[in-house]
Amino acid sequence: MTAIIAPELPRNPLAKLGWVLADSWTLTLRGLSHWARNPTQILAGLAFPILMVLLFGGIFGSGMQVEGGGDYMDFLMPGMFVMSMAFGIGETMAGVTADASKGVTDRFRSMPMSAASVVIGQSIVNMLYSTVVLMILMGCGVIAGWSWNDGFMQALGAFALLLLLRFALLWVGIYLGLIIKTPEAASAVYTLLFPLGIVANTFASPEMMPGWLAAIAEWNPLSSTAHATRELFGNPGVGGTSWIAEHAMLMSFVWPLAIFAVFFPLAVRKYRALSR
Amino acid sequence: MGGADLAIQTEALKKKYGDKEALAGLDLEVPRGVVYGLLGPNGAGKTTAVRILSTLLKYDEGTARVAGYDVATQSAQVRYSIGLLGQHAAVDEDLSGRQNLVMFGRLYHIGKRNAQARADELLERFGLTEAAGKPAKQYSGGMRRRLDLAASLILAPSVLFLDEPTTGLDPRGRNDVWESVRGLIAEGRTVLLTTQYLEEADQLADRIALIDNGRVVESGTPDQLKNKIGGDRIDVVLRRAHDLERATHTIGTLLRSEPETDADNRRISVVVDNRVAALTAVARELDDAGIEAEDIALRRPTLDEVFLNLTGNGAATSAEQSLKEVAQS
Repeated sequence: MTAIIAPELPRNPLAKLGWVLADSWTLTLRGLSHWARNPTQILAGLAFPILMVLLFGGIFGSGMQVEGGGDYMDFLMPGMFVMSMAFGIGETMAGVTADASKGVTDRFRSMPMSAASVVIGQSIVNMLYSTVVLMILMGCGVIAGWSWNDGFMQALGAFALLLLLRFALLWVGIYLGLIIKTPEAASAVYTLLFPLGIVANTFASPEMMPGWLAAIAEWNPLSSTAHATRELFGNPGVGGTSWIAEHAMLMSFVWPLAIFAVFFPLAVRKYRALSR
Repeated sequence: MGGADLAIQTEALKKKYGDKEALAGLDLEVPRGVVYGLLGPNGAGKTTAVRILSTLLKYDEGTARVAGYDVATQSAQVRYSIGLLGQHAAVDEDLSGRQNLVMFGRLYHIGKRNAQARADELLERFGLTEAAGKPAKQYSGGMRRRLDLAASLILAPSVLFLDEPTTGLDPRGRNDVWESVRGLIAEGRTVLLTTQYLEEADQLADRIALIDNGRVVESGTPDQLKNKIGGDRIDVVLRRAHDLERATHTIGTLLRSEPETDADNRRISVVVDNRVAALTAVARELDDAGIEAEDIALRRPTLDEVFLNLTGNGAATSAEQSLKEVAQS
C-alpha cells in the first residue's frame, strides 16, 4: 500500500490561495470530464434555442414584424442569445442539487479542501459552458442569415454583456439550488424560467404588447441586455420611448450588478447555513 | 479511560433545530480501534451526532473531540483524520470509478500522481478494477457503496463514520458492505457506525450505545447489554395452538414469572435465572401435563428485546416502527 502522508495545512494566505486555486482547477476538470462523458448534454442545452430559432425564424418569421422595420431573424437572434443565458440558471441549479442530493456536497464539506473552490469550480464550468453554447448559437445564427453589422469589436462587447448577465444569473442558480435541494424540484423551477424568457423583448417588441405586459417585458432584466446587444450587433428593433428602453445600455450593466449584489450574499449565507 | 486513548469523545453535546432538541446532552467515549455502534430509532439523533463529529454541522453546547482534535476549533485537522460515509453513496455518478477516486485524492492535496496510484490500489482492494472505467451510474448499489467507501479511505483515516451504510441496499449489497466493514476492523481503524438495524449492530459492533431522544440510554458490549435485561430466556414452541393458555400457566407457575406469548407462532418466551435447571424443569413439567412441544430452546435475549426494555414506552413505539421497517425491507 502506498504510504499516504497528509500534507501540511496551509498556514499563510498565499498557501491558502494556492489550495483554493488547486481545488478550483480539480473541480473544473471534473466539469470538463462531465462534458466528455455526456456530449449529448451540450446538445440538449442547445436544442431549445435552436428549435426556437427554427420555429419563430422559419415558420412564424414571415408573419412577424419588427418595430421600426428590419429583418426578423436579425431581431430574433440576440433575444435567443439572452434567453440561453437565462436558461443557464437551470444548468447551475441542476449541478448544485445533484451534488447536494447525492451527498457529494457533504463529502466535499467533510474534506480538508477549500470551501470557496466548490463554488468557483462550478462558476468556471458554467461560464465555459455558456461561452461554448453562445458561440455555437452564433454560428447557427450566421447559417440562418443573422449577422453583426457594426464591426467585430462591438460584437465582442455584446458577447461580453451576455456573459455578464450569465455570471449574475449564476448566483441566482446557486442560491435556488441550495434552497430547493432536489433535482426533481429543480426541473419544476426550470419551467418557471420560460415566462422569464418570453415576457421580454426576446421574441417581439414590447411596443406591440398590451400596456401592462409591455411594462413587465420592458423592465425584465433580460430585455435590457437584449436591447443593448441588438444595438452593439447593429441589429434592428431597438426602438422604445420609455425610460428603461432609452437607457438599455446602462441598464445592461446595472441589472446584472444588482442581481449579483443581491444573490451573491444570499448564496454565501445559504451555503454557510448548511452547517447550522 | 484517559482522553488520549479515545478516538471520539463527546461531553454533554447539545444541538437544537429551532425548538426541536436533536441532541440533549450526548456523552460518548469511543476507544481507538473499535467498531462502535450507535443504535436507535429514526430521529434519535444518530445522524445529527455523525454530522457534528464529521464537521458538517455546528453544535450548540458541550465538547466534541475526534482523533484528539477539537471539532469546533480544529476542524481542518479533524477532516484530515476522518472518512465519512453518509446515507447516500456520495460519488459523482457521471464520472468513472477511477475518475472519482483521483478527483477526491487531488482534493485531499496528495498530488496527482499519488492520487492516481491510490485510486488504482483502492479499486483493486474493493474489487472494482474491472469496472474502473465505467461511469458510477452503471454500478450496482453495492458497487457504488464500495466506491464510496474507497473514497473515504483515500487518506487511510484513523476514524471512519458510517451513517446507516446499508439503508436501501438489497441483502446482497448489505453483505457486501458488511464484508468491507469487517476488513476495516482488521486494520485497526476506529469505526463509528449508526444503524437502526439491530442485527447490523450485533453483527459488526464491539460496543454499542443505545440512543434515544438525543441521549445515550445505555452502552456496553452487545453481551453486556443483553445481560442487562435479565440474562437468558427459554423459548417454547408448542405443537398445538390450543395448548397455549394452559402451557403459559404451567410455565408461569413453575418459574414464578410472567411468560410472554406469541400466539401466531405458538411461542412462549420466559426469562430464567438458572439456565439448565430451568430448561429441564420446563421440559418435564410440560411432559407431565401432556403438552407437546415442537421446540424448546435456551437463548440469549436479542438486541430488540434489550432495546424495547431499556428505552421505555415512547421509544419502544418508534423502535417497533423501525423494526417493522426492517422486516419490510
